[in-house]
Amino acid sequence: MSRYLLDKFLYTVDRDPELVERYREDPAGTVAWWEAEMANRILNCVDVERSTWLSFTEDERRALREHDHVALFQMGAHPFLTLTLFIAMFERDHGPLEYQKAYGRAMQHISLPYPDIAT
Amino acid sequence: MAELAAVIASTHHPFYYRASTSTGADRPPFADEWVAKIERFRETLTVAEPDVLVMVGSDHFHQLWLDNMPQFLVGKAPFFDANFYNEEREFGLPRMLLRGEEELAAHLLRDGLDRGFDLAFSNELRIDHSITCPIITLRPQADLPIVPVYTNIFAPPLPQPRRFVQLGQAIRDMVESWDSDKRVAVIGTGHLSLELGGPRQFGEHGPDPEFDRKAVEWIASGDLEGCLAEVSLDSLHAPGNATHGFMDFMLMMGVAGEGQKADHVDTLDLFHTMEAYFTWYPNGAPQAPGVATGVAR
Repeated sequence: MSRYLLDKFLYTVDRDPELVERYREDPAGTVAWWEAEMANRILNCVDVERSTWLSFTEDERRALREHDHVALFQMGAHPFLTLTLFIAMFERDHGPLEYQKAYGRAMQHISLPYPDIAT
Repeated sequence: MAELAAVIASTHHPFYYRASTSTGADRPPFADEWVAKIERFRETLTVAEPDVLVMVGSDHFHQLWLDNMPQFLVGKAPFFDANFYNEEREFGLPRMLLRGEEELAAHLLRDGLDRGFDLAFSNELRIDHSITCPIITLRPQADLPIVPVYTNIFAPPLPQPRRFVQLGQAIRDMVESWDSDKRVAVIGTGHLSLELGGPRQFGEHGPDPEFDRKAVEWIASGDLEGCLAEVSLDSLHAPGNATHGFMDFMLMMGVAGEGQKADHVDTLDLFHTMEAYFTWYPNGAPQAPGVATGVAR
């Protein structure tokens, strides 16, 4: 489990308009590129001062590749990050609030307590 | 010493800016009532004639991130740029620039550390909608210097609810011991019950109207004891997965003081979440002609 890395993916993609589009159009390619190039980048350090140990599990890669926000929730990815990024990618294809409501409906089978989101 | 001119606690709803400025078919049916309530709420700050605003809010993973996450942070800088690309994208929020009040920020940091609050600080802070929403609603001219105080209600492990209350009590004491003739308003925003990214989001009301009813009563009556008896880090999961933002309301109850009834109370039941607005005047309500304040529920 690497909740922190899932959150880092969602966070770094969400804040970058080009990455938002790239992840929408090519999720598998974006996830592979991000894990190879960005996962070990420390955001407040210069590029050469990298971490060496961060990687996704196969389940995490799959959930990100498939834009599976339900699986991400169940893995404990921060729900605010997932929601914000997914609204940015998919709200445009729907009527007002239609996407947000469908996003919630897809999780109706999940009951309290929700998965832990602590990192 | 500085005077605490007003204490204000509010929800921060990022949709207000777009709802209140939209026209024609784009204007939601609830916009007019919402604007009327906000204008009334705004008047409660205007009549207090503040010179400086202490703004309590929470960064939503904008500048603050999990590789270096402070629990409580004071912004000390001459200026604060505000709002981020994803807030522009999702909420249509404008880019803003606010002045900072560095003397008060330095006082809060020094005095706060000496009182046992290990406050983090930032000398270059871009603030987000938890602070700009109340600027837009309460002081849209954005002409007053601010001291941002960020709390972590977002990235567990979080401080205990009691710690938020204690920090609020300390902020009150520290503002009132600031060697200045300025009038200070302390404004903080949080949430009532709220669900983000979970099955209960974007419903007809907030996810837990019963919690909202109790929460408004706690805040309006200053019932810190009752609130602390029921609210814990665990209990806040039940009303909605983003309800830990209620702890910023608890901080503001600490600023206002135990048993202090709010001078202005108002709510608005919207889809997804309930709005709630509170103002206290610690030194008595200002006497401005033609201005009515009071409980409006």
